[in-house]
Amino acid sequence: MSPYEDLIIDHWRNPRNKGTLADPDVDVTEANVPCGDVLRLQLKVRDGTVQDVRFNGRGCAISMASASLLTEMVKGKKLDELREMREEELLEALGGVIKPRLSCALLSYRTLKKALEALGVHARRASS
Amino acid sequence: MRTVRTDFPILDQRINGRSLVYLDSAATSQKPRQVIEAVARFYRETNANVHRGLYGLSVGATELYEGARKKVAAFIGVDPEEVIFTRGTTESLNALSYSLGEAWVGPGDEILVTVMEHHANLVPWQELAKRKGAVLQAVGITPEGELDLEDFRRKLSPRTRIVAVTHVSNVLGTVNPISEIAEMAHEVGAKVVVDAAQAVPHMSVRVKEQGCDFLAFSGHKMLAPTGIGVLWGRKELLEEIPPFLTGGEMIREVWIDRATWNDPPYKFEAGTPPVAQAVGLGAAVEYLEGLGMEEVRRHEEELVAKVLEGLLARDYVDVYGPRDPARRGGVVAFNLKGIHPHDVATLLDQEGIAIRAGHHCAQPLHRLLGIAASCRVSVYVYNTPDDIEAFLAALDRVWEALGG
Repeated sequence: MSPYEDLIIDHWRNPRNKGTLADPDVDVTEANVPCGDVLRLQLKVRDGTVQDVRFNGRGCAISMASASLLTEMVKGKKLDELREMREEELLEALGGVIKPRLSCALLSYRTLKKALEALGVHARRASS
Repeated sequence: MRTVRTDFPILDQRINGRSLVYLDSAATSQKPRQVIEAVARFYRETNANVHRGLYGLSVGATELYEGARKKVAAFIGVDPEEVIFTRGTTESLNALSYSLGEAWVGPGDEILVTVMEHHANLVPWQELAKRKGAVLQAVGITPEGELDLEDFRRKLSPRTRIVAVTHVSNVLGTVNPISEIAEMAHEVGAKVVVDAAQAVPHMSVRVKEQGCDFLAFSGHKMLAPTGIGVLWGRKELLEEIPPFLTGGEMIREVWIDRATWNDPPYKFEAGTPPVAQAVGLGAAVEYLEGLGMEEVRRHEEELVAKVLEGLLARDYVDVYGPRDPARRGGVVAFNLKGIHPHDVATLLDQEGIAIRAGHHCAQPLHRLLGIAASCRVSVYVYNTPDDIEAFLAALDRVWEALGG
């Protein structure tokens, strides 16, 4: 497994849903303090479904590609479905992530969970 | 120093099919078989507690432990009774911030550090300032990444009680003029504490000639095991300041309501010390003396010159710190334009090249440089010009993959 699959390079170079929403329903920021990665995630929600999403931030290729990919996975999904989303789904979608870089890859996942909590959507159990 | 590499068994291994290029010795050094053997031999033949047994093994262990202290003392040009064994630089500096801080700092007093300190020589002083109501100030750096001595002079005052400064920056590589700093600090009556973690392993440090009052370094960065380090202090100061840890070994007489202390250095070595690790440090010192510290320094300067030359020739690289290898220790920090250091480190790792990426426990310095993190290569006795060439060639491939 190469740590930088074409998919990661593609999402890093051509980020999807990057920018800001004018009128988000939730707007959260998370950071990986030791590496200085910062991620802002905004969601627009209609009838319990994510209608629109944007991210912004700075960080390594893996954290930013992961954020970009996550926005694609999130858009159009029901909040109930997102509540059940496991971190493994994101890691698999990324094509696998090497151990030392898991925290980079999962920054976007943690930010999404924070957004869901801000919306009052709580996971049934803490993700491991 | 071509034969040295074969003394380090760990460097024999292959990573992803390539031979290991270890360029992270500023984090921790690899160990030669002479050190590994000395530790193993201690456990096989001499292991016992020190300073208390009346039987032969304990006498042997004590002799080895105290022998290591003598070797370390000779290595840095001080008296053995001034050498306190600790767990490492961090513990040395923390313990000192309590012991010296207790005796020496009061409300309104000033503590002067620099912006290039490792967190281990910053946060203990922050905490001391908080406990005592003292004021912490930091000396800045010049655009070249050297200590701003004018700023240092400005910030020194008759209220300055402690000056805590690194000998060699673990990010910029800058070698600070300790003698000059000590002279200025002593003029206002301050005590000088030197973080020599990146200096003692790499160059001949004659502590008494530098004129500082306390000095700390770690064994594991100089070919010895982890868990052993040194705090050196002037004898008269060690007699004056209180111990930080109390208990066994450090005691002379104990009553139910009071106790008296042993003489330095034992006064500061409460509990059973890391004996095998100290023996390992003694073996490491012997190994380094066998190479000759002048030769170690010359070797590293040559490698650092090669790193700097290679990095500065690549326009996609930003280099931090002085450009002149003679003004640097064995570390070089850099960034690839627009690429996060962790991405660089991960891709280099794929080629068997180990470098450090992050803030290197120096967040204030990185903030000052306007960067979140940096890549860092650091060299030691076992590195070769081939290592540097492999690193530079791999760096071009990283840039090809991620840059442009």
